[in-house]
Amino acid sequence: MSIEANELTKCFGSFCAVDRLSFGVNRGEIFGFLGANGAGKTTAIRMLCGLLEPSSGRASVAGFDVGSMAEKVKQNIGYMSQRFSLCDDLTVRENIRFYGGIYGLCDRDIKARTGEMLQRLDLASSADVRLGSLPPGWKQKLAFSVAMVHNPEIVFLDEPTGGVDPVTRRRFWELIYEAASRDVTIFVTTHYMDEAEYCDRVSIMVDGRIAALDSPRHLKETFDVPSMNEVFLRLARSTGDEKREERQ
Amino acid sequence: MNSFAAFMTKEFYHILRDRRSAMILFGMPIIQLLLFGYAIRNEIQTVRIAIIDQSHDRITEAITDKLLSSGHFVLVDTFSSDDAIEEGFKSGEITEAIVFEAGFGRRFVREQETSVQIITDGSNPNLARIVLSYTTAVFMDYRASLLQGDEEGKGIAAETLMLFNPELKSVYLFVPGLITLILMLVSALMTSISITREKETGTMEVLLVSSLRPYQIIIGKVVPYLMLSFINVVTVLIIARFVFGVPCRGSVTLLLLESLLFILTALSLGIFISTITSSQQVAMMISLGGLLLPTVMLSGFIFPVSSMPLPLQIISTLIPARWFLVIVRGIMLKGTGIVYFWQETLVLASMTLALGILSIRKFSIRLT
Amino acid sequence: MRTIVFLLRKEFLQIFRNKGMLPIMFIMPFIQLIILSNAATFDVKNVHFSLIDKDRSVLSDLFAEHVGSSPYFTLTSGSMSDQQAFNAILEGRDKLSIVIPEDFEKDLYRYAQAKVQLMIDAEDGYSAGIIQAYTREIIESFNGTIVSQRLLAPGTRTLTESPQVGNIRIISSSWFNPELDYIDFMVPGILVILVTMIGLFLSAMNIVREKEAGTIEQINVTPVKRYQFITGKLLPFWIIGLGELTVGLFIARVLFDVPMLGSYPLIYAVASIYLLVVLGMGMLISTVTETQQQAMFIAWFFMVIFVLMSGLFTTIESMPVWAQNLTLLNPVRFFVDIMRRIMLKGSGIQHIARETTGLAVYAVIMLSVAVNRYKKTSG
Repeated sequence: MSIEANELTKCFGSFCAVDRLSFGVNRGEIFGFLGANGAGKTTAIRMLCGLLEPSSGRASVAGFDVGSMAEKVKQNIGYMSQRFSLCDDLTVRENIRFYGGIYGLCDRDIKARTGEMLQRLDLASSADVRLGSLPPGWKQKLAFSVAMVHNPEIVFLDEPTGGVDPVTRRRFWELIYEAASRDVTIFVTTHYMDEAEYCDRVSIMVDGRIAALDSPRHLKETFDVPSMNEVFLRLARSTGDEKREERQ
Repeated sequence: MNSFAAFMTKEFYHILRDRRSAMILFGMPIIQLLLFGYAIRNEIQTVRIAIIDQSHDRITEAITDKLLSSGHFVLVDTFSSDDAIEEGFKSGEITEAIVFEAGFGRRFVREQETSVQIITDGSNPNLARIVLSYTTAVFMDYRASLLQGDEEGKGIAAETLMLFNPELKSVYLFVPGLITLILMLVSALMTSISITREKETGTMEVLLVSSLRPYQIIIGKVVPYLMLSFINVVTVLIIARFVFGVPCRGSVTLLLLESLLFILTALSLGIFISTITSSQQVAMMISLGGLLLPTVMLSGFIFPVSSMPLPLQIISTLIPARWFLVIVRGIMLKGTGIVYFWQETLVLASMTLALGILSIRKFSIRLT
Repeated sequence: MRTIVFLLRKEFLQIFRNKGMLPIMFIMPFIQLIILSNAATFDVKNVHFSLIDKDRSVLSDLFAEHVGSSPYFTLTSGSMSDQQAFNAILEGRDKLSIVIPEDFEKDLYRYAQAKVQLMIDAEDGYSAGIIQAYTREIIESFNGTIVSQRLLAPGTRTLTESPQVGNIRIISSSWFNPELDYIDFMVPGILVILVTMIGLFLSAMNIVREKEAGTIEQINVTPVKRYQFITGKLLPFWIIGLGELTVGLFIARVLFDVPMLGSYPLIYAVASIYLLVVLGMGMLISTVTETQQQAMFIAWFFMVIFVLMSGLFTTIESMPVWAQNLTLLNPVRFFVDIMRRIMLKGSGIQHIARETTGLAVYAVIMLSVAVNRYKKTSG
């Protein structure tokens, strides 16, 4: 198992953003972590990345426990945040060199990877342009590659396709497929339900809990609906009903 | 009109919700005032001295006694050589050394003329001057105490009337300056930051395409700080009056009105700064370094303008605070009315106008 | 360590590509140094005054002449009424009004005593005190010369002499700065302020800016160690701070002719430690704030208090004892003191050992607390 969570919980005071999450992700899987905004996705992903300490429960990522061995976890994962936060003042090349360096790549490797990435992403002509002046689609591509510059076992993508057009989004997913084919585990959160179709398995979070976890095909069959969007709506509505019942 | 009111309310909430900043905005003036009132003075409390007595007679002992019992002097050591004095200065142990020459008392009585060496640490000129005058006074007092009757008080004497501040309290000088500083800080700095922040995060564009007109945006941003400044001024005035006894001999209404004018000047400065940069960081540093520091140093707040070299005096005329200080001091300490500072008021008003026009031009250039 | 080199490279690139900040970091401080050093003086010069001579006698004329010849005073008018003189002060045109009363000469000849009336604008209590002292000096010298000549029997030297009591001649000298030049006093202090501003503000805002933009998260998720990150963040400003100090020292020596009796290595050694204190403080501030504005505010808050209580503008000796004790917590106070001592007095390491140790302790505490508070994983 690449990622394994067991009753993972994070509470802020009396409000629990993530409530006893339990699931597993296999090596090379594209795992979609879905849910509405505010459902707890970002909190969960931050715990898995070692950025946030769990209130209770455990999770192991790449074989290391996120609570006690966060730094070991970080050596083996890549991360791409919602805001693709790379250094806007640095050029493409400088960004790759920087992240390559701090992930411990030697100079030769950095050079090799840089050439590789520039070619694969078709960024060679803008290698020495400052990131700040590139369109968001390109920044997104770069952020993804930088997340993988050290060939990690797992890559976490937090809402990676926000703010770009559908064509760019689809191209981006091609990159993801390509990575998965090389046995990289992809853990991606998104609120675009159509992107869920691209994943091997998805989990849907509602109010901090996992309301459903299966492959998109199975989920559609179970709920007898044609699209993941519908699956989600059904889920949201039913948990809403549950909640109303609880209150009564 | 409704969206404007909503916008302004949002701005208010924004300020109040940022607890840390709000605490500092309200608390800093008070702390500064208390510091200036209680801690920052221009009088000397204690001076550490060394006495080298090469004579050791009745007279030197009497004078030493007098020095040490005056309350201002603290004897640190009785050195025995020049080198020791230098070391004492270098290590900061003493600020003054007094050297009684050998045979001091004998010369004083027999030959009617003796001398004493007073060595001060010139690296602090202020202190050196004051210390020297305190010490000289003790020596003169000693001598005067030996004189009798009609030997005293020959020659011309001065009858001095200290106007406006008979006790020479330093806080009288600082309070008007403090008010100026606070107004400048809150109005100019905060406004420039507030506007550039919207620019930086991109929300300014959102505002501009909303139903709010540009002038409404500016006013909405600026009014909360105007009120904040006002509250600050009133707080400072109250504390200054009731804790430190700083009077307001002129019309309080006039003072508040002039303060309003100055706030507008500072606000327009802040707005102007925000038109020349889109980065919060830059706006902050321009306000702090380019505005506040010159205000403190060149406006006459602490250092008298008339003592500065001419080029600086000219630069000082460009600083709004310099004019406002004259007005505030005039009202608070001298009790004068607008007849006395209509020129300064006019200068402030024209500065505000000029800045306003410049800002509007820059703003519209950006929009078209 | 290699990682640190990468971090440093990134930081320096970012710093130097921030076009707006470059003039502020590298030009503004020196303009300030030049302007402010010239402005800062408690010297009282060019005192505008009016003189009303109600006696119009030989002696009063001589006295008026004597006052007018003083380099400190500038006569604005010699013929006014009392009301006009008062108004002149009210309007701020004059700071001093001297009135020689009627019977001035007569009183001197008859009783060997006479009075003059002074009105001093005491808004600025300190300056007023100095004006009073100057006037006294002028009167004393007039007493000692002209009056004695006219009044006393030959043989008696001065008015203040007496057959019974001897004279004490005061020989005063001021070491290290005999001219009592304010520039020498202020420049080292202002240099400290500039270096402090760089160290405090820029380091605090730099880190918070990354927090605001979210790029700090991207670093936290890498295996970069805490100490590496912190070094990468603070070292650039440490270097820049020392660099600015160098330029500032150059300006101080060449432009202002401030003496440098001590050793440069010593200054740099102490400055290095001091910068650690200031950077540590900046870092600490960045760990308790979320926005650049907050960071700047808190930095400004402490900066103002530190500067006011540092002995830069007013002497420590003039503060009440409780305040003097409070300044022992103020690193700026120590560094200003040390700078002045090294430059103006040539103090060596043995003379500043205590203060430097204090700074070192401060640095260790600040940095430890800051490092401790900075967590890659939040709770």
